[in-house]
Amino acid sequence: MTTSNYATERETTEGRVFTVTGGDWDQVVSGTDPINDERIVVNMGPQHPSTHGVLRLILELEGETVREARSVVGYLHTGIEKNLEYRNWVQGSTFVTRMDYLAPIFNETAYSLAVEKLLGITDDITERATTIRVLMMELNRISSHLVWLATTGMELGAISIMLYGFREREYILDIFETITGLRMNHAYVRPGGVAQDVPDAAIVKIREFLTMMPKKLKEYEDLLSGQPIWTERTQGVAVLDATACLALGVTGPVLRSAGLGWDLRKTMPYCGYDSYEFDVPTHPDGDVWGRYLVRLAEIRESLKLVEQALDRLRPGPVMVADRKIAWPAQLAIGVDGMGNSLEHVAKIMGQSMESLIHHFKLVTEGFRVPPGQVYVGIESPRGELGVHAVSDGGTRPYRVHYREPSFVNLQALPAMAEGGLIADVIAGGASLDPVMGGCDR
Amino acid sequence: MTAPNDRKNDGGVPVPVTPAGATSGAPAELPPSSPAGRGMFGMQGTGDVSGYGGLVRVRTPIEEAPRPYGGYFDEVRDALEEAYPHFADAIEKVVVDRGELTLHVRPERIAEVCQVMRDDLALRFELCSSVSGVDYLGADERRLHVVYLLTSMTYRRRVRLEAAVSAESPHLPSVTAVYPTADWQEREAYDMFGIIFDGHPNLTRILMPDDWEGHPQRKDYPLGGVPVEYKGAEIPPPDRRRSYQ
Repeated sequence: MTTSNYATERETTEGRVFTVTGGDWDQVVSGTDPINDERIVVNMGPQHPSTHGVLRLILELEGETVREARSVVGYLHTGIEKNLEYRNWVQGSTFVTRMDYLAPIFNETAYSLAVEKLLGITDDITERATTIRVLMMELNRISSHLVWLATTGMELGAISIMLYGFREREYILDIFETITGLRMNHAYVRPGGVAQDVPDAAIVKIREFLTMMPKKLKEYEDLLSGQPIWTERTQGVAVLDATACLALGVTGPVLRSAGLGWDLRKTMPYCGYDSYEFDVPTHPDGDVWGRYLVRLAEIRESLKLVEQALDRLRPGPVMVADRKIAWPAQLAIGVDGMGNSLEHVAKIMGQSMESLIHHFKLVTEGFRVPPGQVYVGIESPRGELGVHAVSDGGTRPYRVHYREPSFVNLQALPAMAEGGLIADVIAGGASLDPVMGGCDR
Repeated sequence: MTAPNDRKNDGGVPVPVTPAGATSGAPAELPPSSPAGRGMFGMQGTGDVSGYGGLVRVRTPIEEAPRPYGGYFDEVRDALEEAYPHFADAIEKVVVDRGELTLHVRPERIAEVCQVMRDDLALRFELCSSVSGVDYLGADERRLHVVYLLTSMTYRRRVRLEAAVSAESPHLPSVTAVYPTADWQEREAYDMFGIIFDGHPNLTRILMPDDWEGHPQRKDYPLGGVPVEYKGAEIPPPDRRRSYQ
């Protein structure tokens, strides 16, 4: 065999090793002996369109069968947890929203709930603020599941569903933009409540979305559920039963698709979820197909929750009454996103010295949080999103740790992939719905 | 105003008093107070002419909780005491704060305690939700804390286990044999804090590059960063900006 420019080979104690730099796959394949059960190690990612972000997989293959799979993470580590320790408690929301970029509202809400628990003001959060949080979280759950459907469809070869999924998600992002001023990285849910009230225009949009979405869901099902290629690629693939899920700490839709209806919204309610009516969809098989069905059913349940939350919205404050915690300024959406309202600036600069002092103190110094530690877990689209927050009594977090479902769930990938076909690694990995921004933080 | 265990630093500024728990056998329950625990504006030494520089903020120490704890906490403690013969030796302190139960466990016993917590029929903590490290630098000899959050799906309960080790000998047994999900989370705690989990199958760095030096989440590891120019002014990196703490 001639030496190739693309795949150089060398002999090691482990056997022959190829370094693939692109191009000539035929030469690599001809270099291996199909009769011999020689194994070939394939490095997939971190820059690969099917690995759902910068995830690197090292696969040891025997023919097309995966014998060993190891995932390597950390390519998107941005040190958010360390950075939080150098900003005040309110600024923290702008950092955590960037972790899991498909579910920013969940990151913010979990953080806010933790800070509120540390402050001991959990019961003082207004009814309207809590309802808006539920509304936003459920819309966000739908948009996250839509991205899952879109990208998984694309990775398994269904391009149309990718376009449809992103199209409907765009609608939700429009709603978010109307409410928070930004499509993502909102920093909308803050310790004490939410940054500002929901405008009427957004309510109209959400109502429109609620009438439009069920038809679209029907469309997705017509497109995928009966389709032979989709069922072949998903049914009985990457099976993980409830025992394995618990041992590996896998929660969320993956656990529910294995038959265990564990949903923190039901089992350890927060934000008043126990007063809403919704079901927890499960599936007995624990395969990719089950996860697909569970996620579609969850979108329907979220639509129910959004509708109930809309009906519950009563006029009222969206921030705690405590002026030592609530952000001093009435915020307004300007051309460049959310900022202080001009009326507020005119007031503190022109009329009230006390308001100016109060504004200055809270904005530059922030509020103090009594020392201690708490843990808050909420149900994100990917599973249990937990925040372990420690305060030393100062104006900055002493330590904030995120129990990220993407990070924990990814540990299950070898258990799903080993012994299966290489094509099913993609289906299995996608069905975990990892978001590397959340995984690596 | 100077307490006996106050140390003087170069500027003649007293550093915060070490909190309660530092002198007893049990590890500190609270992080040491930040410089903002003293004075009004987080500024110390010269410069503060407000007259408020001597104010010391009172921190209520979190102490061992008296029985009954309330809620399911008593049941959990009693069940563990009954099922685990070395309870008195292993549990250093029981703390109830903000509606959460924390058991401070002697580090060498942590894997045994987890085993009992998972397997005993009255406890049944099937899921290890979270493992994280916290660096209580300056509070105590055993400054590195590992915090485990266990969830019982059967009884819908949560319990926090906390084990503290020193930075000189940061060893404790790995719980991966009991909870395989702790694998990556222990690797993260090793990566970020340098805590060594004995018996872990593959204790390597996970988020930082393999050849990284130091453990970034420790409190004595600087944040880093470079000054940036904004509208003609130079803005220092976040950890060197003048700010309230």
